Amino acid sequence: MTFARAAATTLALGLALLAGIALAQPTTEITFYYPIAVGGPITRIVDGYAEQFSKEHPSIRVKPVYTGTYQESIVKALTAYRSGEPPTTAILLSTDMFTLIDEDAIVPWDELAKAADEAAWMKAFFPAFMKNSQTGGKTWGIPFQRSTIVLYWNKEIFKEAGLDPNKPPATWAEQVELAKKLTKRDASGNVTRWGVQVPSSGFPYWLFQGFTTQNDVLLMNEAGTQTHFDDPKVIEALQYWVDLSARHKVMAPGVIEWGTTPKDFFEKKTAMMWTTTGNLTNVRNNARFEFGVAMLPAGRHRGSPTGGGNFYVFKKAPAAQQQAAVKFAKWMTSPERAAQWGIDTGYVAVRPDAWQTAAMKKYVADFPAAAVARDQLQYAVAELSTHENQRVTKALNDGLQAALTGAKSPAQAMKDAQAEAERILRPYRR
Amino acid sequence: MSAPGRLVETLAAWLLGALWLLPLAYAVWTAFHPREFSARFVPTAPLTLLNFVEAWNAAPFARYLINTVALVTIILVAQLLLCTLAAYAFARYEFVGRDLAFLLVLVQLMIMPDVLIVENYRTMNRLGLVDTIVAIGLPYMASAFGIFLLRQTFKTVPKELDEAARVEGAGALQTLWKVYVPLARPVYVAYALVSVSYHWNNFLWPLIVTNSVTSRPLTVGLQVFSSTDQGVDWSIITAATLLTSAPLLGAFLLFQRQFVQSFMRAGIR
Amino acid sequence: MNRNLTGWLLLLPAALLLVTFTHYPALGTLYHSLFSTPKAGRAAVWVGLDNYQAMAADPVFWQSLKNNLLFALGTIPTSIALALAMALLVNGKLRGRAFLRLSYFTPTILPMIAVANIWLFFFTPGYGLLEQVTGLFGLPTHNWLGSRDTALACLIAVTIWKEAGFFMIFYLAALQSIAPVLGEAASLEGAGRWYFFRRVTFPLLMPTTLFVLVNAVINSFRLVDHIVVMTRGGPDNASQLLLYYIYDVGFKFWDTAYAAALTMVLLVILAAFALGQFVLLDRRVHYR
Repeated sequence: MTFARAAATTLALGLALLAGIALAQPTTEITFYYPIAVGGPITRIVDGYAEQFSKEHPSIRVKPVYTGTYQESIVKALTAYRSGEPPTTAILLSTDMFTLIDEDAIVPWDELAKAADEAAWMKAFFPAFMKNSQTGGKTWGIPFQRSTIVLYWNKEIFKEAGLDPNKPPATWAEQVELAKKLTKRDASGNVTRWGVQVPSSGFPYWLFQGFTTQNDVLLMNEAGTQTHFDDPKVIEALQYWVDLSARHKVMAPGVIEWGTTPKDFFEKKTAMMWTTTGNLTNVRNNARFEFGVAMLPAGRHRGSPTGGGNFYVFKKAPAAQQQAAVKFAKWMTSPERAAQWGIDTGYVAVRPDAWQTAAMKKYVADFPAAAVARDQLQYAVAELSTHENQRVTKALNDGLQAALTGAKSPAQAMKDAQAEAERILRPYRR
Repeated sequence: MSAPGRLVETLAAWLLGALWLLPLAYAVWTAFHPREFSARFVPTAPLTLLNFVEAWNAAPFARYLINTVALVTIILVAQLLLCTLAAYAFARYEFVGRDLAFLLVLVQLMIMPDVLIVENYRTMNRLGLVDTIVAIGLPYMASAFGIFLLRQTFKTVPKELDEAARVEGAGALQTLWKVYVPLARPVYVAYALVSVSYHWNNFLWPLIVTNSVTSRPLTVGLQVFSSTDQGVDWSIITAATLLTSAPLLGAFLLFQRQFVQSFMRAGIR
Repeated sequence: MNRNLTGWLLLLPAALLLVTFTHYPALGTLYHSLFSTPKAGRAAVWVGLDNYQAMAADPVFWQSLKNNLLFALGTIPTSIALALAMALLVNGKLRGRAFLRLSYFTPTILPMIAVANIWLFFFTPGYGLLEQVTGLFGLPTHNWLGSRDTALACLIAVTIWKEAGFFMIFYLAALQSIAPVLGEAASLEGAGRWYFFRRVTFPLLMPTTLFVLVNAVINSFRLVDHIVVMTRGGPDNASQLLLYYIYDVGFKFWDTAYAAALTMVLLVILAAFALGQFVLLDRRVHYR
């Protein structure tokens, strides 16, 4: 059945290819799956890029396919791969790397980008972003739209609370101390404004990695086969997060919705929020007050995970298409385009030289907050990513939400999450 | 009836009505006002149409709308055709295995395609139909509900009419078309209403089986575009919701009376 | 013989699709639940009841089963009762009847996936609509969707909103076909309205109630659109329902074999209900 299908597909592809060659000059068509994770007319920008690239490279035609959210895009790419017609290249979460490797779906870039200029290109990115792009000595992903977590604060509220509006909290202790002063209660003791807000719906593990990194502990090994959820330092980090609401009463109790957090900030229901740098443009457009952007407060030191999407190249695509994909990825991540993409979306431009372009220099001079995420990169670690990534992540997410809603103690929650992760990952250690 | 009793009833009806209308009311408020009023209901807030412009530009809604219209049309036409034929067979033909076959049809009343997503996805993949509009519709085309409903209706058609047509030389299909279908019109209207509103709003299966803009229906398009890293932007979402529901909403306003009447005559009760 | 053939020919197109997309996948689910999930380089192998054993040991499965039963109990009776009440109200002469019908009918028109975003706003702590109202009474703020004890209840509320409006139209149609003469006769004999409803209207509506009940049961295992937007099963699976868990396992974890085992549970529940309902339906057909 599968063989027959594969044969039929190959035949059909072959015929199509022949027809293509017969009819026109040899053009290589590549399919490019991309997700959208920020608002605005992004599809048009990406389609425009694809068009412009094809214009500059007449022998290559890029067919962009907008595949929805990240979550859906990985599903789409994998099912397309399984059915024998994968995209040539796709932007997917950097954390999908192990899943894609386990499915034997992708090719490392090192095997494709061998020309001198291409090899140099692969070394041009911020090292922090490569941590999620490499394993086993190979580079599987090329950073495209990447982010870190930063702290946004409302300067007006700081002033109102008698604080220096230009001094965001620099340490965990300061964060609690300032948040206490910023939390406002009405006459009957009901909270009308929280001091700080760290969202915990959907993907709480990512924000939690902020706390764990600051507490000087990693959640997994580089091979993606071992997690450290029950490490005392991890439990300590979770205790701090839980205490923000349970003990210090400066953050709303329960699970805080990621999707409404920016709005909570605009509505002045929270004085500070943790969220992605990808929100920069959104906050800039919609906050009706003066705000600041800072690195996350330091525990034992500063820290944040990176996040966001990488370019991948798929197996089963013909060599000519894979080569074309290299050209396309290289073009898409050139300093000028990386800079422009960062300015348009708020993501961190992925390579140092993008920050030296005229456009970016002007943007940063105009809006210094844009550089905070870049400066935080020196403290950044890889986003949690293991084999069976979604499952392991869910185990951790469930544990975090259990602790934040008070159903389990942080120690118990992390012990349970670790046990579940162990069960899932044992087969991958052989 | 006592006057106070009447008053209480009217109040209750209006209270329920207000509650049920809230989401739509909120959508209208938020879509027509600037973003900072999406959580603040100030009567003096300025009006704007910008949200609609922004929503329209942010996603290919025109394409999604075409996909959805194509989808509900394909499904409805196929359903009407297949269910009519099958219902006619069940209502008027004594064939071997009829009762068992009918029982097997009724299975789908309970086990709807919505719960068989994993296996049906596998099938679509094998058929090479993933990411096509047809794939969204196929599992729903033979509808047990439709067959059941039409069979009940056809059974009430007097046998004499059928026989009269046959005497005049009409074949099975001609009899069906000339005698049964016209008599079942209200049932068709009522069924069409249920089918269209169901598939216009169906989400999980289309989410799974579509990959790209060319096949994605409105619901999936809406979801894809409302779940960004930046969080929920109610102004844009409500504008998009109104844009995309306008056809159904308009149809209901225009045909509300007919709908209720066909339901009544259809005997879906 | 000829009639035999014609009968089957008429049935054939529908039967073909039904078998392909209902019966075959139902059996396929059973079959695949007895094998392992194929992975790159590892074909599926027979594992017997392993998937079911894993399920029995999976706390998330038990939680979603429990939640789903609560969800069914929470949505079915209330939405049917409300649908009936609404239909009775707008069946009579009432100021603004057409407008009320429209508002009761909005849930059927607006896509759940979009409305869920609006409900998300209603439940948002601090400035959400619900909190703006409770705030007027000086009540403390509450994290409705973010608390273990209220998340499922919020989903139930949204579902009731969706279902009652839809079922109302079936009741309304049924009510309109009850001859007004009956009511007039009853009032002449001095019967109270409640008495009339209990002894005449409600029994006459029995077939509708049955039909609506069947739909409500199916929907309580089928409606997960709002979970995707509002809670994603959280916090810590407090609002996880079976079908959503199946979606998670099948299309996020790619464990199709385990998803098949979970689907079997859903199929068994629905089949059990179908069996019970079949007995009832049978009786109904008889008295007709």
